[in-house]
Amino acid sequence: MKKREKIDGKVFLLIITILLFLVMYAAGLIIFKSKGFAKPQVFLNLFISNAGLIVIAAGMTMVMITGGIDISVGSIVALTCMMLAWMMEIKGMGAVPALIIVLIMGIVFGLVQGFLIAYLKIQPFIVTLAGMFFARGLTAIISQEMISIKNELFLKWAKSKINLTFLGGTVNKKGVVNYSFIYPSVIIALIVLIGIFVLLKFTKFGRTIYAVGGNEQSALMMGLNVRRTKLLVYVINGFLCSLGGFLFALNTCAGFVEQAKGFEMEAIASAVIGGTLLTGGVGNVFGSLFGVLIKGTIETFITFQGTLSSWWTKITIAALLAFFIILQSLFAKAKEKK
Amino acid sequence: MNKGKAFIKRLTGYRLFLPLFCLVLVLFSNLIKTPGFFEVTIKNGVLYGYIIDVINRASDLVILAVGMTLVVAASGGTDISVGAVMSVAGAVCCFILSGGQQSVNEFVNPYILGVLAAILAGILCGCFNGFLVAKLRIQPMVATLILFTAGRGIAQLITKGQITYIRVESYKMLGSSIPGIPIPTPVFVALIVVLLTYVLLKKTTLGLYIQTVGINAKASKLMGIKSAMIIFLSYAFCGLCAGISGLVASSRIYSADANNIGLNLELDAILAVALGGNSLAGGKFSLLGSVIGAYTIQALSTTLYAMGVSPDQIPVYKAVVVVVIVALQSTELKRMVSKLQMNVKSGKKVA
Repeated sequence: MKKREKIDGKVFLLIITILLFLVMYAAGLIIFKSKGFAKPQVFLNLFISNAGLIVIAAGMTMVMITGGIDISVGSIVALTCMMLAWMMEIKGMGAVPALIIVLIMGIVFGLVQGFLIAYLKIQPFIVTLAGMFFARGLTAIISQEMISIKNELFLKWAKSKINLTFLGGTVNKKGVVNYSFIYPSVIIALIVLIGIFVLLKFTKFGRTIYAVGGNEQSALMMGLNVRRTKLLVYVINGFLCSLGGFLFALNTCAGFVEQAKGFEMEAIASAVIGGTLLTGGVGNVFGSLFGVLIKGTIETFITFQGTLSSWWTKITIAALLAFFIILQSLFAKAKEKK
Repeated sequence: MNKGKAFIKRLTGYRLFLPLFCLVLVLFSNLIKTPGFFEVTIKNGVLYGYIIDVINRASDLVILAVGMTLVVAASGGTDISVGAVMSVAGAVCCFILSGGQQSVNEFVNPYILGVLAAILAGILCGCFNGFLVAKLRIQPMVATLILFTAGRGIAQLITKGQITYIRVESYKMLGSSIPGIPIPTPVFVALIVVLLTYVLLKKTTLGLYIQTVGINAKASKLMGIKSAMIIFLSYAFCGLCAGISGLVASSRIYSADANNIGLNLELDAILAVALGGNSLAGGKFSLLGSVIGAYTIQALSTTLYAMGVSPDQIPVYKAVVVVVIVALQSTELKRMVSKLQMNVKSGKKVA
């Protein structure tokens, strides 16, 4: 009986999130009807422009389930984009080796942060705060100027449309049919999402992550290797950060110092809005997907509205994050009283 | 021989040894690199030189470090919104003084009104953080992350995305100098904040309470101390400090630049606290240590500037310093090292 109540609480937060997304989207359909909000492409654009964030939010969800946090993700995305741009444009490397180097960089970053957090038991905030400034500074050391990516193979990856003919298309003035489309980045993001879902739900390692986050002491007494689990989670997260950064670069096709500022906040907000508890032990990557979609919808609103400053996105996300945090803590308090 | 060893041990055991040692180290490295570092000249009736620059520029950081020390001590967490709160305070002050115009040559509203509003804005931001941390018991880093990101957005909205200029001589005084006094004004502001806080902590039981709550919030609650209230107050105070610091920073450039006021200062403030020998896990703290830490950081920054390192790149070095200091504080590392030493010793015995 008790177990049932617990599950209900978790599902409840997720339901609120999904409902919020549906209500927001429906509101958009009504308000911006004349501007073409109802096109399937508008919905698909949510995935296209947020492919990187989906991947990073999945990694963040994992980290947060262990009870940790990673605020270095935005800077690592900037570093990834800058490294890709620098290696391909200044050093003349191919797109494939550049991608491999960047992914290794992410893993190394995760390894160092994970070691400091899991083995030296330093607070995750402090470690990743230092990581955040370190990565951003490193980006500035590589180049202070913006570097645009013009590598052919890279642009081919970025711009090859995958037409979804079953969604139908619109015929423009010249008589050419424009189908709704997605980019390859969306497919990568969705594969990662499903991969992490399976990892968390159906593997021993995934269950260990939940156990560590739920109660570290108990997990330790059960004979689970807490340290190694945490280290691995940060390593996977580092890898996902650089992969997410790569997807981000596919969208922007450039590297510059100020890139992806505040990205950590968007990733954390997506996870929290999606029902991941800040205290650890509870979380679901599909919830985080809805968190990302909500953020994307807010952005679309601001673009469609046309006159609002883009700062409003950040402020709205921050307000939503605050709202969901308060909701979580109310749930926790209600549970304590029982 | 033994006496010398004991002396060194006592010296290194002294709480402020590490921060002072670092400060001296940084300053002396300058003596070799930039021989003119300690030269002080007088220009337009104001002291001028690298060393004066360090003391002057460090003032913003000293004020922030005071607030941050209390937050760290009471809650074992850090307030990463201080830089953004500084920009909010600057924006509020300039908004009131300019009456919403983009550039003015005289105050539209009284100066004191702008100052009070800015400080109030700082306190409000601090109260918001404090409410989330103390009442809702949210991890400090996440709670302050909200304002860390949204703060600059709010400041942008207040200034309407532009830089608001206040071209009035008396507005510049807080950040530069008052005619007739050769020492830059920010130094005095920092001194006043430090002294008032010191007296407040020593003359009342507040300092003791903050330490008690930081060491064990539950136990102190059982003892009858309102832990939540103490933590809330420490965040509100940190907001106040950020507000004052924002005023000084805005006065330096006689404008409200929402993007750049207090940029990257949150890391510096945390670093100052850590360098001052305070544990980032909360509990016992030394205000003086943090203040010395703040001067050390500024000396380091100025040194790096003098060597031609760009402001964007400096965080790399600081981040490394933070990690090293925190790793040295870690008890796990000590355990690992002592284990290693034991292994080496027992290995020798077997051989």
